[in-house]
Amino acid sequence: MPDDLQKYEDNWETSMGAWFPGEKVTLRGKDVLAELRNYRWHQYLLYGVTGKKSERIARLFEGIWLISCSFPDPRLWNNRVAALAATARSTGVLASSGALAVTEATIYGLKPIKGAMDFLYRTMAKIKSGQVLEDVVREELKKYRNVYGYGRPITDRDERVAPLMEFAHSLDAGHGEYTQLAFKVDEYLSSSRYGYTINISGVAAALMADEGYSPDDHYHLATLAFTAGVIPCFIDASKKPEGAFFPLRTSRINYEGTEELRVWGK
Amino acid sequence: MTTKQQEQITTKIWREVPEDDNPFAAATCYFAGFDVFGDVLRNASYIDYLYLLFKHEPPTAEAAKLLEGLALALANPGLRDHSVRAAMCAAVGGSTRASALIASISVGAGSLGGGREVYTAVNYWQICGTDLAAWEAIIKSPPQEERVDVWMPVEHAPGFDPNGVSCPKPVRQTLAYLAEISEGNSLAWLMQHREKLEAIAGAPLAMSGVAAAAMNDLSLTAEESEILFMLLRLPGAAVHALEQEKLGWRRYPFFGDGLKLMPYEQVSDED
Repeated sequence: MPDDLQKYEDNWETSMGAWFPGEKVTLRGKDVLAELRNYRWHQYLLYGVTGKKSERIARLFEGIWLISCSFPDPRLWNNRVAALAATARSTGVLASSGALAVTEATIYGLKPIKGAMDFLYRTMAKIKSGQVLEDVVREELKKYRNVYGYGRPITDRDERVAPLMEFAHSLDAGHGEYTQLAFKVDEYLSSSRYGYTINISGVAAALMADEGYSPDDHYHLATLAFTAGVIPCFIDASKKPEGAFFPLRTSRINYEGTEELRVWGK
Repeated sequence: MTTKQQEQITTKIWREVPEDDNPFAAATCYFAGFDVFGDVLRNASYIDYLYLLFKHEPPTAEAAKLLEGLALALANPGLRDHSVRAAMCAAVGGSTRASALIASISVGAGSLGGGREVYTAVNYWQICGTDLAAWEAIIKSPPQEERVDVWMPVEHAPGFDPNGVSCPKPVRQTLAYLAEISEGNSLAWLMQHREKLEAIAGAPLAMSGVAAAAMNDLSLTAEESEILFMLLRLPGAAVHALEQEKLGWRRYPFFGDGLKLMPYEQVSDED
């Protein structure tokens, strides 16, 4: 008999929260309807993810969401899933959940969001133990062939960096050692032969690292960050004719396989 | 101490006998009375078991052949299909492989060539059967729901392609083969009346329409048909995603010049 499973059978002990039907709901020791009902939604999410209540941080990552991740362009890969769903006449929530799942990508989205913060923490620790920034970054590139938070598909210039820094400063954020480190790495990488510049996930990671958040916190807080850009793409394609979203004729297949006609069983 | 009765999951199809040393592990699993790992695994084909899962009875040789033909025809809708494109969007961005399948199902669920279209078409089969006048009536005035739904209202005759010109060869080949092997009469009737139905629908028959007729010949309900259709189309999404994952976003269309931003007319000045 597996002890762990037996111990947990009909026994989920949690201090995270619960619903008491017809009576109340609690989250991290607070009565949601009595004590948290005036929270802003982002503040409630922050509390749910981290147990922290800061209105300022809630406002900071709300701004990060808006400035970083809410691009209503249906060509972007996650948004494109929503536009395809609309053109194939699926539902809005299926579209958003498909796009949300796809948002956990490598060239954008959740992997860089989490990875950039991890990179900054690891780099800071190495520098504090006596290593030189340039060596640490070169080592990272040699080992992983990319540095999360730097470089960008389609264009290398990230138009979001300046507006996000300006927004962060308005909340008295963006002055800490991780933000400084992030831009020092940018300085090095952009002038090196790699030519990578900082992208928005590097900036967002630095801002939240300066506030003491972990890569896990940052990841969970970003789960729904792209949604406000996704839904307009669905609505737009749902108002156009069925199948109208970037239709592809057969000549759009660039076939590089065998030209030989193979016959089954021969 | 009184022991409270443990809550249970009620089922008529899945039974388990526990291992002697572990109540959390099954020693024997029965599906619809068959020992899955002791008997079905050795003696049935995958298609036989798939049929058993949905119908709770083993297939006749003819039914197994029909389901196998349908499964093969649907296995890869091709890389221009919307659901496969969704999977490839996941792949080229380096998203999780699960997300490729999730995106594929999200997109392939719809009323244009997707699961919802098959659901509606099988419902039409159940209402109209092989009565051409009934098909004409339902296509010309489709049932309207009074209440709003999460699904958009039907925009074209289900099972037909609103963007088609003539019925494409793969659809005709699939219909001809499945009609040939089916014991039911939906596929054969569709084969005979395809052109008349296309004239009524104002659109050529689509693969979803062939699938719906085959599902009806297999006596699957609309619900079973919808979910099986989505399931059967996933292999293509999977393999095209795997190929594009290796090629990457640089070799995948971005439609860089395809989007033209038009002036936006403000809906409201209100907050």
